[in-house]
Amino acid sequence: MIAACRNAAPRLIGPIIALLIWHLASTHGWVDARFVPAPLTVLHTLREWIFGTAPGMPYSGTWFAHAASSAYRVFGGFLIAAVIGIAIGSLIGWFRLFSDLLDPIIQMLRPIPITAWVPFAVIFFGIRDASALFLIALGAFFPIVVNTAAGVAGTPRLLVRAARMLGIRRHMLLPRVVLPSAMPFIFTGLRLGIGLAWVLVIVAEMLAVKSGLGFAMWDAYYFLRMDVIIAAMLSVGVLGFISDLAIRLLGAWVLRWSRGL
Amino acid sequence: MSLAAVESAPRKRSRIIVRALRKRFADIARREEVVAIDGIDLVIADDEFLTILGPSGCGKTTLLNIVAGFERPTNGELMLDGVAIRGPGPDRGVVFQEYALFPWLTVEQNIEFGLRERRIPKRERFARVQRLIASVGLGGSERRYPQELSGGMRQRVALARVLVNDPKILLMDEPFAALDAQTRTLMQQELLRMWSAERRTALFITHNIEEALLLGDRVVVMTARPGRIKATVVVDLPRPRDVTSPGFNAMRREIAALLEDEVQAAFAGGEP
Repeated sequence: MIAACRNAAPRLIGPIIALLIWHLASTHGWVDARFVPAPLTVLHTLREWIFGTAPGMPYSGTWFAHAASSAYRVFGGFLIAAVIGIAIGSLIGWFRLFSDLLDPIIQMLRPIPITAWVPFAVIFFGIRDASALFLIALGAFFPIVVNTAAGVAGTPRLLVRAARMLGIRRHMLLPRVVLPSAMPFIFTGLRLGIGLAWVLVIVAEMLAVKSGLGFAMWDAYYFLRMDVIIAAMLSVGVLGFISDLAIRLLGAWVLRWSRGL
Repeated sequence: MSLAAVESAPRKRSRIIVRALRKRFADIARREEVVAIDGIDLVIADDEFLTILGPSGCGKTTLLNIVAGFERPTNGELMLDGVAIRGPGPDRGVVFQEYALFPWLTVEQNIEFGLRERRIPKRERFARVQRLIASVGLGGSERRYPQELSGGMRQRVALARVLVNDPKILLMDEPFAALDAQTRTLMQQELLRMWSAERRTALFITHNIEEALLLGDRVVVMTARPGRIKATVVVDLPRPRDVTSPGFNAMRREIAALLEDEVQAAFAGGEP
């Protein structure tokens, strides 16, 4: 414990200095404090935003509602992407036919920035949750499908032979041998996917819906509430970190057989 | 000691019959057709331990893969207990040099894999797995993953995994080649002990003369590519065999002489 603190201590110096410079810059007028509010101001705003009860203040006590909307969209979109991505990725990786059929389409669509889909999302799904879910699911789908396909295609032939020799029925190869063998790749895809989901939820909420942390950010920008924007940025950072950690822990549990590999 | 040109007559019912087997495949990198096996006739008797010895690249692994059902022969006939072999199955248990264990399954689950996939009832599965764990000496490691085991332990799991299916024949492709010398000797003894107890038919591939002589009732010596049978040597030394005895050494010299030309041919033939 003490050793851990001693190791962590040098790593804290950098952030502390950065915070100090930020603080001095905005309190001593090196930058315009309206545009770059001081750290303590941001902290105060965040507290008010989360716990505030002041009536009539637009940012008082609304944090949970916004955060919940964003989290719902992230996990909803991510879940859709994971289910479809793993299913299609398995087909592409395992069956030549699907690889020939679907892989070129995916490789063509993949480099297009997801933001380019915003007009279509709004036209087809309106300024509603469905729009955001579509954009997030689409964005997270690509890393998941590509990694799953790579993992499935890379299943060692020897393991497939061993399973066939042990009497496995052909249709059980995918669930019993191929998918477990591809799990490390699938989890890499899922981690990339959840990271993208948090990026895209902000984009989607700025452009295509009227709630969530991204919407709050955009709304605050109109009123030049830079403190709220920074508070929202911090919130997204922390929530993104927590969801990545959750996937990592799940991955460590599922892949417990590969410890020290 | 006797040396037959093709093969000696099997003493008992024949388990595996291989007739006029040929295997060609296209070497894409070198843009040429390769004849891996060129006319092999082989009969493995019920409860016989047959070892196949040959230089690297002589097609001995291809032969095993064909008997296992992983690859199809270009020509020839292939029968197990009078029935043509089509595809792999649990009646032919394969032990690979690279273990080929499922890394995401524990020792116990690896051994249980075949029974489970063949929908053997849970109670029977448990009893058979427990018996095998005890007989290959894996007690206490049931819940460990393959990554956590030594090479010798992994190969025990691989052996238990096929024996639990009660196969008609054991096919082993240089199973101990990746092990250190001590573990290798130990595993050879273990294998012989289990084989003597059950008298299960075995086809064992190796490039090690001593191993071939220590284990086999007969040793089939193969030629360099294209693989043919050069000679079949009946090993009539009593078991357990002493690798330092004069009789053993005489056979070792005899087989070394048979093999030497082939090793040189394989070398000159330009293994890339």
